[in-house]
Amino acid sequence: MIKRILPALALVLGLVIAPILPTHVAQAQEQAQEQAQEQAQEQDQAAPADSIRPILSENAALIIESSRRTIQPAIDAIAASGLPQAPFVLVTWADRDMWQRKSDGLFFKAVKNAKQYDLIDFDTGEIVATVDKDAIDQLKPNSGIRAEIAVALVKFQLSDPDPAKRAEALDAIERNGEKSHLAPLRASIETEQDAALKARKQHLETLLTIRFDADTDTRIAAIEKVAGDTGVDVRATLNPLVATTLKAARTLPDAPNVAREIKPGFDLLSREDAYQLLVNEGLAPRLLNDRDLRDTLTANITDGAVGGVPVADLGTNAARNRAYDALVAAGQADAAATTDEIDEIIDDFTFYETYSEPNSEVTQAANAALHKSALKVGLMQFLDLSLDALSLGSIYFLAAIGLAITFGVMGVINMAHGEFIMMGAYTGYVVQLFIPNYTVSILVAIPLAFAVTFAAGVAMERLVIRWLYSRPLETLLATFGISIALQQLAKNIFGTQARPLTSPAWLDGGLVINDVVGISYIRIAIFVLALIFLCLFLFIMKKTRLGLETRAVTQNPKMAASMGINPEYVNMLTFGLGSGIAGIAGVAIGLYAKVTSELGQDYIVQSFMTVVVGGVGNIWGTLFGALMIGSLQKGIEWFNPSNTLAAQTYMIIFIIIFIQFRPRGIIALKGRAAGD
Amino acid sequence: MRRSFIARNPSILVFLACLALFTLAITLMSEATGAGLISTSFVKTLGKTLCLCLVAVAMDLVWGYCGILSLGHFAFFGLGGYMVGMWLMYARTEIIVAGSLANAPLPPTPAEISDAIGSQIFGVVGSSDFPLIWSFAHSFWAQMALVVIVPGLLALVFGWLAFRSRVTGVYLSILTQAMTLALSLYLFQNESGLRGNNGLSGLQNLPGVGAGQDAVSMWFFWGSALALALGYVICAWVVSGKFGSVVRGIRDDEARVRFLGYSVEGYKLFIFTFTAVIAAIAGALYYPQAGIINPGEVAPIASIYLAVWVAIGGRGRLYGAVIGAALVSLVSTWFTGGLVPSIRLGFYTVDWVDWWLVLLGLSFVLVTLFAPKGIGGLVDLITDRIAPNRHGADYGPDKGALREGEGRK
Repeated sequence: MIKRILPALALVLGLVIAPILPTHVAQAQEQAQEQAQEQAQEQDQAAPADSIRPILSENAALIIESSRRTIQPAIDAIAASGLPQAPFVLVTWADRDMWQRKSDGLFFKAVKNAKQYDLIDFDTGEIVATVDKDAIDQLKPNSGIRAEIAVALVKFQLSDPDPAKRAEALDAIERNGEKSHLAPLRASIETEQDAALKARKQHLETLLTIRFDADTDTRIAAIEKVAGDTGVDVRATLNPLVATTLKAARTLPDAPNVAREIKPGFDLLSREDAYQLLVNEGLAPRLLNDRDLRDTLTANITDGAVGGVPVADLGTNAARNRAYDALVAAGQADAAATTDEIDEIIDDFTFYETYSEPNSEVTQAANAALHKSALKVGLMQFLDLSLDALSLGSIYFLAAIGLAITFGVMGVINMAHGEFIMMGAYTGYVVQLFIPNYTVSILVAIPLAFAVTFAAGVAMERLVIRWLYSRPLETLLATFGISIALQQLAKNIFGTQARPLTSPAWLDGGLVINDVVGISYIRIAIFVLALIFLCLFLFIMKKTRLGLETRAVTQNPKMAASMGINPEYVNMLTFGLGSGIAGIAGVAIGLYAKVTSELGQDYIVQSFMTVVVGGVGNIWGTLFGALMIGSLQKGIEWFNPSNTLAAQTYMIIFIIIFIQFRPRGIIALKGRAAGD
Repeated sequence: MRRSFIARNPSILVFLACLALFTLAITLMSEATGAGLISTSFVKTLGKTLCLCLVAVAMDLVWGYCGILSLGHFAFFGLGGYMVGMWLMYARTEIIVAGSLANAPLPPTPAEISDAIGSQIFGVVGSSDFPLIWSFAHSFWAQMALVVIVPGLLALVFGWLAFRSRVTGVYLSILTQAMTLALSLYLFQNESGLRGNNGLSGLQNLPGVGAGQDAVSMWFFWGSALALALGYVICAWVVSGKFGSVVRGIRDDEARVRFLGYSVEGYKLFIFTFTAVIAAIAGALYYPQAGIINPGEVAPIASIYLAVWVAIGGRGRLYGAVIGAALVSLVSTWFTGGLVPSIRLGFYTVDWVDWWLVLLGLSFVLVTLFAPKGIGGLVDLITDRIAPNRHGADYGPDKGALREGEGRK
């Protein structure tokens, strides 16, 4: 083999180079190459029986070419050689440490030694020579080839003494399992000492058995073993087994594995699609579509007319069909299939779906196994969706709880509420600039954000809102003015780009229950924070002096004042409290969303709707409102996961309709507390 | 004998005279029809401002006179723009497509033309089929009718739902804001059939019109001025007389008007729908001058700005709305255009492009707190209109009722 290829290669090379170089140089090169090959062959013959050198030389052309398309045989040859030094060669090659000596074309591992390179022989692992750099060529496998090498290396790594290496090999098999992995994987299970790795190996072995084992009974046994498992890997293994392809034939064939027969014309397969399938498989003549019709007519224009119809008249389909019929009659075009013919052809054929897996017992077992897990997966998905809805609900609740105080209890429309949330988030960002420890900085940021927004809320109440208590619509406009001023101020100070508010490391990652159900720790933290706020709110409102006074002032300010309560003072503190809670919510929201000057704007309408839907003046109403909006949005998203905008649109429309039926929200205040 | 409508409202004549003078002055100074003292783009800005004045008049009618703080009227404005934009885009693309297909060897069939227009318009959202809502886009008159019908119908249905369940005051504001948000989120989707966040563009080119932009901008300027004049007179007529008294009664004390036997819901629904239609017509005139419309224009914040214009101009008086809208939008253009010199404070330079919104926001607060009459209140200095002394009480118990300082003795 090599004796034929290499001289031919050299000849080609020579022919290519010859016209460029002066003739004698080309000849000299040719001679040098021939010499090199002769030497290589001599050395091959001299090598011992367990040397990898002949394999490398045989595949030298492929190795040097270094193209992902053609490299596979070379890697296979090395990996399949069964020689102990094969993994060493592959690792060296993948690490770009394999070099070729120019003088004889042999491959070595080269290690830089001062200004020269030590050449290490693959068979013996010893340094055989030390040469200059220009005497050797480096092989530079690209990332594609290195990936192929990694796959081949897996076999050797499965029994590697290093557990990390073994885990790496299992990762590689999980990503890209092959039939050839099965045997080494099975062989390595017995000797595996690590219990976790052993379990992984056994699981992988089962999956590979389902996919690649030759024996049907073994495969079915393996399938039954994983039946009901909800893991993604299991379903990804089983699903391709039961995937079907649509086919057509004149009679229903016995084999291969037919899933079912399909009658064209029903919802699964329209008659048009059925005919198109026949056309694609070359079983029926093509339909005449508008484009072909136009092209045929264009090709047959003679003297400003086609088939006797003037070109100027061909602006309608009827005229075009007439012209085409004329062409067919004249024999200048193929007759198109008529509707009757199409029906006849379709009726002539039987349409059926076949499994890509030819063995019907295996597909039956796989179907049964998938069916067993389907219900479980459905339940899990519902659980996951509920968790998502709960966490979205708690985010809305967090954003709205401050409003539940300022709007719900006091009746003040504060359009700058969103900007208080933003201020809280920016406070967290600024604190992180000074305190690099994320855990400490969050612990500092939360009370500081409360303090900052409490102060802002009190200032706003004193300066603006207290003059407008009986005028909620004017409050709306005035606070909107404050809102755009604060937003622009934040833009001027922090710029328009998003600022990071990094969560502590212990909040990274998430709680993964299985492949379907999982939730990130930040969302759990937000949920917990929402619960804490709920308790805090209830405690303040029901158990403290401030809460009592707040409720009194809200219900009847004059009566409260005559009882010795200072309504102005109470209003100020209550508004400050609501604003301060918005600030803390800002820190929480900033942890998972980007901190920009528009952060608050994204939540303001939803927050108001949460309070209105829940029922003004009742914290439980706000909670139910937030949960309802959260689960509604997630539920609608589930129907069309790619389109969250649509989910929001439909959610708002639903809320508008909901308000029609319960204008006072889920929990409506009754009696005097209702206010009007 | 009753005095005539105009005689009872002398402010209408003054307003019309001012508008006529302004239009004449701009006509004489423009590039197309006059001395060329002002640029075409400025004529467009003025034309757009007139449209904004018209929608502000509508807003004043619904809020200042009827007490409904609607945060959805800019959505109707945008819908009107979308309706006119659909026809403009279709008709213009049709001309371009017909021109390119004329060179084909065979004359195109209607289906081929329609396909080509579809792929031109919807190529940006990866589609080439006409959605159902474009069914009438080929017909000028049908689409012009839709300018009125679509926003009118939306306002009618929404208003009917809201008013019959007695949603009032702040709740109604939040509900209208939710409607606006839903509409803008819907328009942001590519599936809505209105090109998603690309919006409709190239609207400044009138199909089949050879005249240059300088002439077209003048036509639109005149059209906007005419629409503003008509809209102003009609709104003034609506609020004068008995109907207007009932509407103002609803603003100040809805329950009392209901007990007097008037169908409050009917009046409110009429005013809400009527002003929505005016807003839509203003939008239909605005967007061909702006040249582009996208869902961002319909966002809830635009509707709040509208309310703020009316508040700054002075609500409850139609000329106040016009003054507020014109002043704020023109000054806004002036500030954000970078034409105002920066103030150097030594340690910091106040660049008005950055600080204008802060100034604007604070001036809303100041106007709301200290000048409930708004800028329009300055007119009272030369007329005999003075506020009544109600010992600090508002005109009525309703949230939208006039404040003592806003009223007339």
